[in-house]
Amino acid sequence: MTELVIEASQLTRRFAELIAIDELELAVEKGTIYGFLGPNGSGKTTAIRLLTGLLEPSSGSVQVLGYNLPQDANKLRSHIGYMTQKFSLYDDLTVKENLQFVARIYGLPYRDQSLRISELLSTYGLQQKTSQLAGRMSGGQRQRLALAAALLHKPELLFLDEPTSAVDPQNRRDFWEQLFDLCDAGTSILVSTHYMDEAERCHKLAILEEGVKRADGSPDGLMQAMGANVLEIEAPELRKLKQQLIMLPEVVSAAQLGARLRVLVNNSVAEPTEWLKRQALVSEKAIVHQVRPSLEDVFVTCTGEDRQ
Amino acid sequence: MKSLSRILAIVLKELTQLKRDRMTFGMVVMIPLIQLMLFGFAINTNVRDIPAGLVDHSNTALSRVLVQTIAATQVVTFSERYSSVKEAEAAIVGAKVRAVLIIPRDLSQRLARHHSVGLGTPAATNEETSRPVAQWIVDGSDTMIASAIKSLRAMPLSELLDKPANRTIPTFEVELLFNPEQRTVVNIVPGLVGIILTMTMIMFTSAAIVRERERGNLEMLINTPVQPFELMLGKIIPFIFIGGIQVVIIISLGHVVFNVPINGSLWQLALATLLFITASLSFGLVISTLARNQLQAMQMTIFVLRHSILLSGFVFPYEGMPVFAQYIAEFLPATPFMRVVRGVVLRDATVMDMSIDTLRLLGFIIAGLTVASLRFKKQLD
Repeated sequence: MTELVIEASQLTRRFAELIAIDELELAVEKGTIYGFLGPNGSGKTTAIRLLTGLLEPSSGSVQVLGYNLPQDANKLRSHIGYMTQKFSLYDDLTVKENLQFVARIYGLPYRDQSLRISELLSTYGLQQKTSQLAGRMSGGQRQRLALAAALLHKPELLFLDEPTSAVDPQNRRDFWEQLFDLCDAGTSILVSTHYMDEAERCHKLAILEEGVKRADGSPDGLMQAMGANVLEIEAPELRKLKQQLIMLPEVVSAAQLGARLRVLVNNSVAEPTEWLKRQALVSEKAIVHQVRPSLEDVFVTCTGEDRQ
Repeated sequence: MKSLSRILAIVLKELTQLKRDRMTFGMVVMIPLIQLMLFGFAINTNVRDIPAGLVDHSNTALSRVLVQTIAATQVVTFSERYSSVKEAEAAIVGAKVRAVLIIPRDLSQRLARHHSVGLGTPAATNEETSRPVAQWIVDGSDTMIASAIKSLRAMPLSELLDKPANRTIPTFEVELLFNPEQRTVVNIVPGLVGIILTMTMIMFTSAAIVRERERGNLEMLINTPVQPFELMLGKIIPFIFIGGIQVVIIISLGHVVFNVPINGSLWQLALATLLFITASLSFGLVISTLARNQLQAMQMTIFVLRHSILLSGFVFPYEGMPVFAQYIAEFLPATPFMRVVRGVVLRDATVMDMSIDTLRLLGFIIAGLTVASLRFKKQLD
């Protein structure tokens, strides 16, 4: 059996009336990238704070790297890295000063400090920026600085809370390349996101909604296990057609993508293409074909219920 | 060892941030400079040159000499003249003058019969001789002005008539130690050390933790192995130095510009101010853990500062306050410090001579640091 870096069972956290995390079960394997996918307010940040010992659970148990939380939170701190959603280094310190500060706080031996810092500066392309104030850098540069700071003490487990929310697509791609490099080197990573394409890059992921885990598994596994087939219709008057289709009990959801309508039909329908063509609302000229499901479809099928 | 290096990390970080913050850095020097100059020159409890009016019903050479003699005391300056008492009273209401001297028509008769002129102390029942020579009407709402005018009540009049001064023998001999010239500034400058340190020290630290919280840095910090007391210590150490700089500015300028004596030893002064700076800083840290944002921290600082100015004995004597106010004042670190610093600077007292107040300051430090560390939990809820 593979080694687990995070194990949580029945993890629950309440804020007064609100149940932010409801009986979360979690098992994250060593050396993998695990994703939390969910809309804003779904409890991703709360879950990460519970797993890093920043918040005490109301009930349930958590083990991270073998440490029991919240009792061993202090011992855990030097083994994990945490990159906050909002940039949390000092705007009025330079890149180098920020990294030196973090290195001292983690008690890196003095002679290792400058070596490690220059190593990280070159890995994350910040050598030219060492004496620039962090507050004057672009979103992408700040994000790389934050990642470098979180990695200074070589943590075994890295928590990233929506790391790419303030960066452009090119930077996001590069950022994920860097995450895979880290993962290759043995670091386990837990990342939260609301981007489907990012979630799809994870080895495994959990879909969170309103503090509840709706589904988990590998992206492929989730797509296969999805309780619906995905079809695309090309036809005129898509807006009207959509309104009518979502009234049918077998249709889980329908969303327009330009000139096509993407329809999720429940698995209970045996031949979804034929079935859809038979529907009176769909005109004769319509082209219907089944397509490969995407993670977004998975997301829609397992989170839709409560919202409609 | 690791703990020490973490404290050092925070100290260095604070210093670097302070170095970048030119405005704050400037305030460190400008606040004591400006306040010392303003307060040193401005606060004066010996009132002089009170604007006064004159109603001279006598209008004789004698009355003019009387007016000149009074003006020579410099307590009042006669700026206005009125023809009737009614007019003069209206001028007091209208704040054109604070007092009015009314010289009666029969000034010369009154003066001739006045005891100070040489007839000896009259029987109190003798209406003819016990009449004062003239009358003051004073805006008595300000007690300092009122008592300044009252001090003119028994002004000797003999020189008015070219007679040698009648020597009166006082009941008590009063020997004024430490400030024989009765200069207010001598008492103000050492007190100002307490007020300025209260202001800057509490203000800097009360904003310290709150600012990290507001800017989101706290979320990163509490994820590191840094301990609450390390964070607290690291935050206050740089400001101990800053407080020291301010004390040097106030005391040395006070000495040079206002000629305030430094009778005590500088070591004792350093020790006393170190205690007070640390006490103020830990007080500020407590505020910092209570406030949710910088505005709240600022309001609490001003709340403490205002009471420190009014209740600590900085301007108004502590002994003049009712007992309950004295109890409240004892909850401000500035109150014991006000006594200690004046003792050391003016009376050459040692910190040990004032052991009760010294212990109070120590108590503030311990209580403040404990409460602040306990309240600052390494959790977000």
